[in-house]
Amino acid sequence: MAAPFESVIREHGAAVYRVCAAVVGPHDAEDAWVETYLAALVAYPRLREDSDVRAWLVTIAHRKAIDMHRARSRRALPVGDLPELRGPEEQYSETDPALYELVRALPDKQRMAVFYRYLGDLSYADVARLLGSSEPAARRATADGIAALRRRYHHVKEV
Amino acid sequence: MDIERELIGLVPVDEGHMARLHVELVRRATAAGLVDVSYRVLDSPVGRLLLAATPVGLVRVAFEVEGHDAVIDRLAGLLGPRVLHNPLYLDGVARQLDEYFGGHRRSFDLALDMRLSRGFRAEVLAHLRQIPYGVVESYSAVAAAVGNPRAVRAVGTACATNPIPLVVPCHRVVRSDGTIGRYGCGSEAKRLLLALEADGLGATPPPAAGTTPPFPSGSTSDMASGTTTSPPRSTRSIPGGP
Repeated sequence: MAAPFESVIREHGAAVYRVCAAVVGPHDAEDAWVETYLAALVAYPRLREDSDVRAWLVTIAHRKAIDMHRARSRRALPVGDLPELRGPEEQYSETDPALYELVRALPDKQRMAVFYRYLGDLSYADVARLLGSSEPAARRATADGIAALRRRYHHVKEV
Repeated sequence: MDIERELIGLVPVDEGHMARLHVELVRRATAAGLVDVSYRVLDSPVGRLLLAATPVGLVRVAFEVEGHDAVIDRLAGLLGPRVLHNPLYLDGVARQLDEYFGGHRRSFDLALDMRLSRGFRAEVLAHLRQIPYGVVESYSAVAAAVGNPRAVRAVGTACATNPIPLVVPCHRVVRSDGTIGRYGCGSEAKRLLLALEADGLGATPPPAAGTTPPFPSGSTSDMASGTTTSPPRSTRSIPGGP
C-alpha cells in the first residue's frame, strides 16, 4: 500500500529543494520544486512500492530543472550537458559567498556530484545514474569535488 | 571545518519556506484534479477531529482515539495515495462543524462521499441522516425503520463503523432501556453532543446558513471527467469507527 503523498513531501521536500537550487539557482528553485512535485503527483499512483522515493524525486527534479534551464537560456544544450549554476549570485552570497564561488568554479560533473550526494543525500549509484556515468566515476567526481572545495576553502578563509 | 555541512548550509531551507511551497503545490494540484483525498485537523469539544474529503465530498471524520495517522494511511489504501494536507479545501466543513459545536447549526449542508460504507450499513447510515437534530432513536427503532427489525446488533455495528460521525449523526441512536450506549470517542462525548443539541433546540433558530459552498467551487466538476479519479479500491468500510 502506497504511503500518503503528504509523507513524500514531508520526508523529501527539503532535499528536493536543495537539488533544484543546485541546478537552477535559488531564484528559480521554487518553481522547479513545485513543478517537480506536481509531476511526481501525476505519476505517484503508478510508482512501484519498493521504489527508492528519494532517488525517484531527485530524478524528476533533475529533469525539470534542466528543462527550465534550457527554456530560460534560449539556446538548446547538447544532450548530456550539465547546466551551469544560475540565478542571482547575491542570493547565495548571503549564506556563504566564498563557498558559493568555489562551488561555481568546480567542473560540471564534480559540482553536480557534490550537490546530489550531499544536498540531495543520494547514493553513489543514483548520482552515477543522474550523471550518466559509472558508480566509481561518480565516487571519484564527488571525492575530487569535495577535496578541491576543502583545499580552496581553507585557503580562502586563511587569507 | 566540515565542508559537507557548509554545503547544506549553502541552500538554507526553513520551515516557513517549505510551508509556502506546500501551499502553492496544493493549490495547483487541487486545481488540476490531482488530489484523491484532502485532509485537515479541527479542534473541537470532543477532541481533535480529522476531516477528510474526496472530490465528491466529505468522506471521513475521525476522532483522535482512532489515531489520525493510521486513518490517513488507510484512506490512502482505500481511496488513492494522493493524500494531501489541504486545509483550504475543508474550510467549509470546518466552519459548519464549528457552528454546530457553537449551537448555531442544526443540520449540515455538505456534499458527502459515502463510498466507505456498503450494503446494510449504508442503509442504516442513510436512515441516520433523517433523524432530526435533538431527537434520539433506539437501535431497535432504527432496525425496524430500515426494514429488518431483528438486525439490532447489525445496526450497532453500522453505527460503530460510521465513517462520518457527527455529520451522519450516529450519536442520536441510543439503547432502548434509555441508557446512552457506546460511542467512538467515549459515551461521555455522546452525552455532550446530546446535551448540546438539547440546548440548541431551546435557542433561537440560527440565521440562514449554508449560502457559501462547502467546497471550493470548480473542484468537483474538474474531477468529473474521470481521467484522474481512482475508482474505489476496496468495498470495505474503514474499521474502528465510532
